[in-house]
Amino acid sequence: MQHDYFPRYEPKTAVGRWFDDRLPLTRLMYDSFVAYPVPRNLNYFYTFGGILSIMLVVQIVTGVVLAMHYVPHEDFAFDSIEHIMRNVNYGWLLRYIHSNGASMFFLAVYIHIFRGLYFGSYKAPREILWILGVVIFLLMMATAFMGYVLPWGQMSFWGATVITNLFSAIPLVGESVVTWLWGGFAVGQPTLNRFYSLHYLLPFMIAGVVALHVWALHVTGQTNPTGIEVKSKQDVVPFTPHATIKDAFAMTLFLILFAWFVFYLPNYLGHADNYQKADPLVTPAHIVPEWYLLPFYAILRAVPSKLFGVVLMFGSIAVLFILPWLDTSRVRSANYRPLYRQFFWIFVVVCIGLGYLGAKPAEGGYVVAARILTIYYFAHFFLILPLLGLFENPRPRPASIADSVLGPADQPSGAPAAAGGVAAPETRG
Amino acid sequence: MTRTTTADLGADAPDAETEATRRDFLLIATGAFAAVGTAAAVWPFIHQMNPDASALALSSIEVDISSIEEGQAITVMWQGKPVSIRYRSAAEMEEARATPVDDLADPLARNDNLDATAPANDENRSVPGREQWLIMLKVCTHLGCIPLDEAGEFGGWFCPCHGSHYDTAGRIRIGPAPENMAIPPFEFLDETLVRIG
Ligand code: HEM
Ligand code: FES
Repeated sequence: MQHDYFPRYEPKTAVGRWFDDRLPLTRLMYDSFVAYPVPRNLNYFYTFGGILSIMLVVQIVTGVVLAMHYVPHEDFAFDSIEHIMRNVNYGWLLRYIHSNGASMFFLAVYIHIFRGLYFGSYKAPREILWILGVVIFLLMMATAFMGYVLPWGQMSFWGATVITNLFSAIPLVGESVVTWLWGGFAVGQPTLNRFYSLHYLLPFMIAGVVALHVWALHVTGQTNPTGIEVKSKQDVVPFTPHATIKDAFAMTLFLILFAWFVFYLPNYLGHADNYQKADPLVTPAHIVPEWYLLPFYAILRAVPSKLFGVVLMFGSIAVLFILPWLDTSRVRSANYRPLYRQFFWIFVVVCIGLGYLGAKPAEGGYVVAARILTIYYFAHFFLILPLLGLFENPRPRPASIADSVLGPADQPSGAPAAAGGVAAPETRG
Repeated sequence: MTRTTTADLGADAPDAETEATRRDFLLIATGAFAAVGTAAAVWPFIHQMNPDASALALSSIEVDISSIEEGQAITVMWQGKPVSIRYRSAAEMEEARATPVDDLADPLARNDNLDATAPANDENRSVPGREQWLIMLKVCTHLGCIPLDEAGEFGGWFCPCHGSHYDTAGRIRIGPAPENMAIPPFEFLDETLVRIG
């Protein structure tokens, strides 16, 4: 984003100047998080990026200390978790922060993603930014899945079995791929050990992709609820103090919710079965993944064919990669798209519905409902979004962000700027 | 870069053509060696994840089946997986035999003791002379859960994970599982001892 609205970094001391000439790190931070201009009309849905960054730090910090006490062995893993819970000083707290933190992380990422869907954040010129986000989401799912295996309870073991077996659907090489993933002929010690290694690694890879994500964000700038690009200084405020304080306030509220789970409902989001040690001879009557993976699980089970079920499950996430090219409307924000706005909310309900069905047994009416919602899920992307752009009549958008906030009359520099400045993606209806 | 060289030199010096070709050759050869070298260096990092020597060493077990009565079954572990050894009742076998192969979702026997193309009739789910014994990996061919014994619409096995029903010969009848449950290689050493693997 154009960056000259607010004064840039000026080293104030001799030491600061000396350092800045050699490694302009303070400059990078100042220009990215202090003088950086953000649209003045951002709402609270735009605070979840910051919340996500904090959650990543929380997971890494609690994870690293849990790793000091955890033992990645099929005979000791389960006991080492109980050891953490009972013997390690504050072990219960650290573990509950980590396990509930994963849920909070996903809650935040889902709000963040739906924010993007509502305000059209994925549209030009932010496709790369969006795609990096989908990559982070995939890495998060892999990390959480492998983390959930570590306590080596019944759900850990059978979740690992079912999910790794998904790869056996690959034609020809499927079985060899699964054996390779397991390091044996069933989920066992080699599997647990490698999952631990990867569970430690992936969060740092996430951190790397987050850096690219923020870099891409700072090239294009944020969207905002009007979906109109920033055109003048009236449209923006400096990141600090405005965004910093707003993000901090939202984060505080979010951490209160988080703390409520950690201290009052620490096992509410988990499964009792996982407090039973893994038993390779008995599958729990009802295998369900953690809540944040349920919609995808519902899609997997909705399809009567193994290969096709796996393809659709991965496809339901892969479709997000091409979303910027499926949505043909050049109006970004759903606030000005009367039809898309309704379809957006239907889509939200469909996703929640799939999540609900993913937790139900795969029988009778539940399967039928899951099939209908799965079809709708894909229709949303492949039918509704492409067609809406062609047929929808968008509402008139304000000439600028400042106009939408202050009203046209209040705008000091007046009409000329507003008339000439309709942003490129907004020109077609 | 190579391309520019060819064009530049080719204009004024005819023998530069040969020079350029030789350079092209060196480039391609170097590239090919680098690719092969990279692949060779990556392989150990990939192959280390495959089952190691100790996992491969545990490849066969011997089981005493003398205590199993008709209509009963035991489950033993083989290669980390449960194997069901079932002494089937006459009724169970009759039911399995009455089912035409055309009615089966998976027409293949999936029996490691037979040819891979053997059809899934009941006889082929066991070995000749020991048809009452069904020795089978009790692992759902959908995503690997352990099905429940004597359950489901066909009185064989029912997998609660995603609802697969197997008949009394362990053949998939309804549900997302694509194949009949696998029969591992096994051999009767005598009347009461069977070796699996
Ligand atoms: C993206 C960030 C991360 C996510 C989403 C995540 C998620 C999870 C989940 C869901 C569990 C299972 C919790 C339970 O049921 O007990 C877990 C366990 C674990 N994680 Fe993480 N994790 C993350 C980062 C890390 C990091 C950076 C480490 C550091 C090495 C780590 C170390 C562990 C350990 C040792 C366990 C086993 C202890 C336990 O189960 O409480 N995690 N993780
Ligand atoms: S694992 Fe048995 S039905 Fe899915």
